[in-house]
Amino acid sequence: MHSTWASQAWAVFRKDVVVELRTKVNLNAMLFFAGTVLLIFSFALGPDPARLRTAAAGLLWLAFIFAGLLAFGRSYQLETENNAFEGLLLIAENRSAIYAGKLCGAAAVMLFIEAVILPLMAILFNIDLWRSIPALLLIGVLGTLGFSAIGALYGALTMALRAREVLLPLLMLPVTVPVILGAVKATSYVLTGQRQDVGLWIEVLIAFDIVFITAGLLLYDSAVST
Amino acid sequence: MEWIQRQGRLLGLTAFGSMAIGAYLGLVWSPPDVDQGDAMRILYMHVPTIWTAYLAYFLVLVGSVLYLWKRDLKWDRLAGSAAELGVLLTALTLAVGSVWAKPVWGVWWTWDPRLTTTAILFVIYAGYLMLRTLAADPRSRAKQSAIVGIIGFIDIPIVHMSVLWWRSLHQAPTILQPNLGNAPLDPRMEVALFVNLFAFTVLFVFLLGQRLKLAQLEQRRDEVLWEEARVV
Repeated sequence: MHSTWASQAWAVFRKDVVVELRTKVNLNAMLFFAGTVLLIFSFALGPDPARLRTAAAGLLWLAFIFAGLLAFGRSYQLETENNAFEGLLLIAENRSAIYAGKLCGAAAVMLFIEAVILPLMAILFNIDLWRSIPALLLIGVLGTLGFSAIGALYGALTMALRAREVLLPLLMLPVTVPVILGAVKATSYVLTGQRQDVGLWIEVLIAFDIVFITAGLLLYDSAVST
Repeated sequence: MEWIQRQGRLLGLTAFGSMAIGAYLGLVWSPPDVDQGDAMRILYMHVPTIWTAYLAYFLVLVGSVLYLWKRDLKWDRLAGSAAELGVLLTALTLAVGSVWAKPVWGVWWTWDPRLTTTAILFVIYAGYLMLRTLAADPRSRAKQSAIVGIIGFIDIPIVHMSVLWWRSLHQAPTILQPNLGNAPLDPRMEVALFVNLFAFTVLFVFLLGQRLKLAQLEQRRDEVLWEEARVV
């Protein structure tokens, strides 16, 4: 059967999401991990509510990003078992479809974690979320896509390496600095009601997403070819 | 590339000579700064190290793109050798800049946009070098590091712009910046700076040539070892 690029990307995406949903263990672990990160950072900063509220955006994104690093490590670690990735490469005519599927699959996992952690943070730090939800949703999607654009590419590069657990964060975190800055700044402006300053950081996120998703689509074939 | 490997003696002597002249011009001949005094002389090393570091990262990009295109390992050797020098020069820039910042700004470190960008650059390429030490075989190492080398270079302007906005929005400058652009530089200072830029560039090309030679020998050694392992 001749399948299109989009249907191949969709198949990879669906496979990754279904695996996560069926094996819930890992999704649960990531959720608890992100929640624990949030708690631990609050302890590190002390119980002063005003200080916690100013730091909230940064803490929130650190929790998301740490969970995201786990999501990408896992997304490719599963593929190394039983040489599953070889099979995937044989099926796809255009490997960039695998990239797109992997990107969206891990991004979906991250977004799910964000959707649970955000209200938790609002309760812990006593932040009123209701009016900010549409803006936060946009920032969450853009930030997660940017992070995933790098993660889906670097995860494929490092999956066969020794010490990949250390190397993946080491490679990903510096490159994604613009995403971290953009997402934290935009979130913080939304939470403190300085709406006029959000636009610039949304633009930074959009620019990063466009540049690195394009780069990922173009480079993925070289990244996975042997 | 072959040329700079062969001309090691010429390049080495030129680098040595021009470094000596540059040091004399920078330390003795050129006048001290009106405000900063002798501390300003660090400029003659600080600017050349970061310039050659950027040159090195550009060569990492060139080597990476050409490797993915031609699949010739010599381009991977170029990228890897340039990256090592780039990380070294970035570390030097940060260290020397820190020594300069202490007497002039009163602190070792500040979250100035350029400092922050340079620090991020250092970590990006340090990760690149780490990746190179972990790869299983030369081909996959070349492929993996080429992609990281390309992504890293594309990232530099985006990191720089975002860090610039991060520090400048709603925040007046809290530290005194050396206003090199405003007051015209003393012509003797300009001469000293350009001689040092030239000297460091030649030194960089010389070191790159030596590192490339070494990389070639390493590769030959690996091939021999691999061949022997196969025979046994």
